[in-house]
Amino acid sequence: MNLVTNNKWIGQRTIRPDGMDKVTGRAQFAADTTMPGMIWGKVLRSPHPHARIKSIDTSKAEKLPGVKAVVTARDIVDFPIEKGAVMLGIQDMRWMCRNVMARDKALFPGHPIAAVAATTEAIAAEACELIEVDYEVLPWSIEIDDAILPGAPILHEFNKFDGKPSNIVGRLEHKKGDIAEGFKKADVVIERTFTTRPVHQGYIEPHACLISVAPDGKTTIWSSSQGQFMVRAMTAYLTGIPQSDIRAIPAEIGGGFGGKTIVYLEPLATLLAKKSGRPVKMVMTREEVMRATGPTSGSKSTVKIGATKDGKIVAAHGTFYLQAGAFPGSPIRGAAGCSFTPYDIPNLLSEGFDVCSNRSKVAAYRAPGAPIGAYAVECVMDEVAEALKMDPLDFRLKNAAKEGTKAAHGPVFPRIGYIETVEAAKASPHYAAPLGDGHGKPRGRGVASGFWFNAGGESSAQVNITEDGNVVVTTGHPDIGGSRAGIANICAELLGIDYRRVSVIIGDTQTVGFSNLTGGSRVLFASSMVVTQSTEKIIQTLRERAAKIWEIDPEAVKWENGAAHPVSPNAGQFEPLTLEELAEKAPAMGGPIGAGVQLNTTGADGGFGTHVCDVEVDVDLGIARVIRYTAVQDVGRAIHPGYVEGQLQGGVAQGIGWALNEEYIYTREGKVDNPGFLDYRMPVCSDLPMIDCIMVEIPNPKHPQGVKGVGEVPLVPVMAAVANAIYNALGKRFYALPMSPPKVLEVLEAPTREAAE
Amino acid sequence: MAKVHVTTTINGEPMEFLCEPGDTMLDALRGTLNLTGSKEGCASGDCGACSITLDDRLICSCLMLAVESQDHEIRTIEGMAQGEKLHPLQQKFLEMAALQCGICTSGMLVASDALLRKNPKPSEEEVRFWLAGNLCRCTGYDKIVRAVMETAAEMRAQ
Ligand code: FES
Ligand code: FES
Repeated sequence: MNLVTNNKWIGQRTIRPDGMDKVTGRAQFAADTTMPGMIWGKVLRSPHPHARIKSIDTSKAEKLPGVKAVVTARDIVDFPIEKGAVMLGIQDMRWMCRNVMARDKALFPGHPIAAVAATTEAIAAEACELIEVDYEVLPWSIEIDDAILPGAPILHEFNKFDGKPSNIVGRLEHKKGDIAEGFKKADVVIERTFTTRPVHQGYIEPHACLISVAPDGKTTIWSSSQGQFMVRAMTAYLTGIPQSDIRAIPAEIGGGFGGKTIVYLEPLATLLAKKSGRPVKMVMTREEVMRATGPTSGSKSTVKIGATKDGKIVAAHGTFYLQAGAFPGSPIRGAAGCSFTPYDIPNLLSEGFDVCSNRSKVAAYRAPGAPIGAYAVECVMDEVAEALKMDPLDFRLKNAAKEGTKAAHGPVFPRIGYIETVEAAKASPHYAAPLGDGHGKPRGRGVASGFWFNAGGESSAQVNITEDGNVVVTTGHPDIGGSRAGIANICAELLGIDYRRVSVIIGDTQTVGFSNLTGGSRVLFASSMVVTQSTEKIIQTLRERAAKIWEIDPEAVKWENGAAHPVSPNAGQFEPLTLEELAEKAPAMGGPIGAGVQLNTTGADGGFGTHVCDVEVDVDLGIARVIRYTAVQDVGRAIHPGYVEGQLQGGVAQGIGWALNEEYIYTREGKVDNPGFLDYRMPVCSDLPMIDCIMVEIPNPKHPQGVKGVGEVPLVPVMAAVANAIYNALGKRFYALPMSPPKVLEVLEAPTREAAE
Repeated sequence: MAKVHVTTTINGEPMEFLCEPGDTMLDALRGTLNLTGSKEGCASGDCGACSITLDDRLICSCLMLAVESQDHEIRTIEGMAQGEKLHPLQQKFLEMAALQCGICTSGMLVASDALLRKNPKPSEEEVRFWLAGNLCRCTGYDKIVRAVMETAAEMRAQ
């Protein structure tokens, strides 16, 4: 570990610029915003998993006193399927326009059918009930196995797979070498099939927006999302309003984890506001969030790994079927592309299949697809290591990807830190500690590794010096987990001033240059690049100003500790000019000081992590508890260690929920049966231990501060680490998630039942 | 339906408001009274984002009717700092990065404050069980638990 220690602010646990607002209740999230004259919007949703919409009669609803506008799919811009894909980022507008409001067919229970705006929320809800919809209910399928059966009800007739209408809407493969030849060389081959259930991102803040449309079409959107530019673009596409007329203002966002990278309410509220002439507010209930947003895919994966006696993996084959929900677009790229990537495997085939079924359209969830793939691969890795009688971390070390390894999805790795994470896990006090006595409850330890691509992409920043010599940084990425703190640290470090003098603002779409989503573990990577370049431009200006005042060459001026100094006594004898002094003299010396940079950032290296997990199982109740957890990750460089650890700990907590409890449960009627926090059981405080973090810092050479994305890797290895620990405790393997108490009991009691039969 | 007139005390101030008989306290706080520090995550008592105290008792304001606040004392996140001076818990949450997105933070702080008033020396387990009604999806709770424990230790030392 090469911790950089000579910095003043980079690497320090400073207080985040937006913290005060958040601990005092002042921070404005989307649902906290109101406007004079505002009315409320509500959505009518399909009760059926699959139904043709024969007609919609809104006349009774329109007559209800207090109702100001009603919209249906007719009001939304249509992107005809035959005309081909209309991509906006990774989203196809053909699906998006049908997801925000059903056209022709309702494809999942909760699918919006119509929306109403009225003077109160209660009247809007009442009006929704007055809308008459004539449905022709169709057969449906929820699970992958049902959806890919011959004769399964087809969601999208236009889609063909192997020449026939199918619910398989996409396939991709990554290939290296020849797996048939590779498996021939193997001494040990293990093949297993795994299933996982859909899980929701589970952000605590439900989707919300407030939208005003003036008679000339000028539109203002306040909403919580992972990207105000995405909100602007998607709303423009779906309503026909030009992007230049839409100002999307980012409210504070109460969690997203990928689930707020698409729009649900904004286009509907915009159309309602346009029709009614009144600002419209829409807020989802928790039940609506659970029925009609997110989740990530359920899956079925088969993984086969072959290794020689000396512990070298010679071949691997993975097949990953992922649920897309109602429209194409499950994260097969993450599952097929990430799960074998920690390893140098000469012969590899990794295939992903995208499968539609009558569930809500999946949305990104923290390293989309990668945790699903890693669960299967890392469990089989454990079995192979055991068959070879090798320590599971040694087995990983023996096969670890490193600089020069060619990954199946394309790149040849530069200097990466995977091996360092495995070594740090091995050397951790956790790995060396005895498991301890569970007083009758078996204990076990498991490990697993994970990889996520990380991303760069478009980012913009503006840095301005105020007249009193302080700094305002404006970036275009919503701050979802403390990124403002990292930016303040970097800007203060470069300028050599106290971080409290830097204020960091998230600009709206009309005040800062295009910036892509907060997602993909890209925000601090990308925004610190543009902030760095803007700040460097400012330092150049400050040197020029000082040079002018001193009447010397700008090259003879250096910037240090927040002030201009002559580079050496030869340059002249001058008292330093501080940022405050230069700001004060700015009007007379060339005008305001500020600089902006827009970039398409590149060089975001992939991220790797290795986790160690201890569990204790109550065999009478079937309850598995995680009692100790250590997450090791190559974080490049921790600009604000507190928030880097927070990302690791938060990801681990989500993974423990996914491993042990979380799942969508369906009724026989094809409806989600647990659409609330009581029955959809996310981890609470008393379910978890402290979560130890080991931050390995291998700086990213392509980034000015060495930053690598950190937000997503922490979720990738967790389910496998928990499953491997449970195996270690019980001697029994679980091939399905979640490993919830009834399922644990079922497996524990299985042999007894067999013996009794 | 006719609205009901309610007289109550909120964060030490006398308050009057009108509400529907079926409005929750959270509706009244966020709507009529414009105190939006309390958040709605579920409206069913399962997330704790709406935590307030009623006569020093910790409750979910989404599960209480607004009319029930008549003649009682309500405290919300907005009443936690004294002017410019933060409550020690608020200060510690900031210093120890015990918040990420911040949507659970108001509820976490109100609930932690209620705990420390009752039990100034909670064990880690007691903190974890007390806060089990407050969901946080971002932090993994680690830093929150540490911040509460450390605040308690500092408050005892004073
Ligand atoms: S909103 Fe009251 S507990 Fe969730
Ligand atoms: S900080 Fe986001 S939910 Fe707790």
